[in-house]
Amino acid sequence: MNTLVRENRNANQQRSEQFVTPAASVIEDGDAYLLNVEMPGVNKEGLEISVENNELRIIGRRSLPEIDGTLVHRESRSENFRRTFELDPSIDTSKISAHIDQGILTLRLPKAEQVKPRKITVS
Amino acid sequence: MSIIRYQPLETVAWSGLNRLSNLRDELDSLFEMPFWSNFGRQSQLFSGWSPALDLYQNNDNVIVRVELPGMRKEDIEISLQDGMLTISGERKSETAEGDKAERTERYVGKFRRSISLPTQVDSSKVTATYRDGILNVTLPKAEEAKPKQIQVNVA
Repeated sequence: MNTLVRENRNANQQRSEQFVTPAASVIEDGDAYLLNVEMPGVNKEGLEISVENNELRIIGRRSLPEIDGTLVHRESRSENFRRTFELDPSIDTSKISAHIDQGILTLRLPKAEQVKPRKITVS
Repeated sequence: MSIIRYQPLETVAWSGLNRLSNLRDELDSLFEMPFWSNFGRQSQLFSGWSPALDLYQNNDNVIVRVELPGMRKEDIEISLQDGMLTISGERKSETAEGDKAERTERYVGKFRRSISLPTQVDSSKVTATYRDGILNVTLPKAEEAKPKQIQVNVA
């Protein structure tokens, strides 16, 4: 379970598109983990979530309506969001579900029915 | 039961990095900021939640866009006084009783942003929308503040 929050930062390198890292929180909720990621300006269509080799990758592309006017002052970032997490083996990756509401992506990561004991070889 | 990969350093490094990147953003925005909007933000350096705010204007409107992910519409408060627009509110914790937060970077609690508007606006016609975690406030300019074309007759 502790590896859920471990990140794979190297996976984000060597790409030309610029991304920013969204803030996230992980909550343990009984039989699942809830991962909340802040992605203001992103809706369902802009989301790209994939799991590969126990690596959860989330990309959120903003679709902000153009504002007719001149920009006077800006604090927001224009880059899209991306974040990668290493999933703990106890998570059942086939049952991950997601929804986004008001810029908060919520991923539900259920724990596997039975977490198989791992074999440890001593060299 | 299983081997736990406990990584306190990772977490610490994380918040450190976050702070640095926030600081960088703050410094960047200080340079980009027009002088009149400096107030009210400086004091928020490193303290709490200071949502990003963009300001646009065209001939008819001043438009303010604020990133407020995960709010309830009714928890956002917008007020206008003496040419100062204030957006405040509170984000409730999503952790229910019995839940355990493994890691949290999201800020929970109150926020308040004030910005002095570049022109006079008609406070009775202000409208706001909240979609995809973005608050959009449209403030129609007061009639006297709108740019006017002046016809000059050359004798």
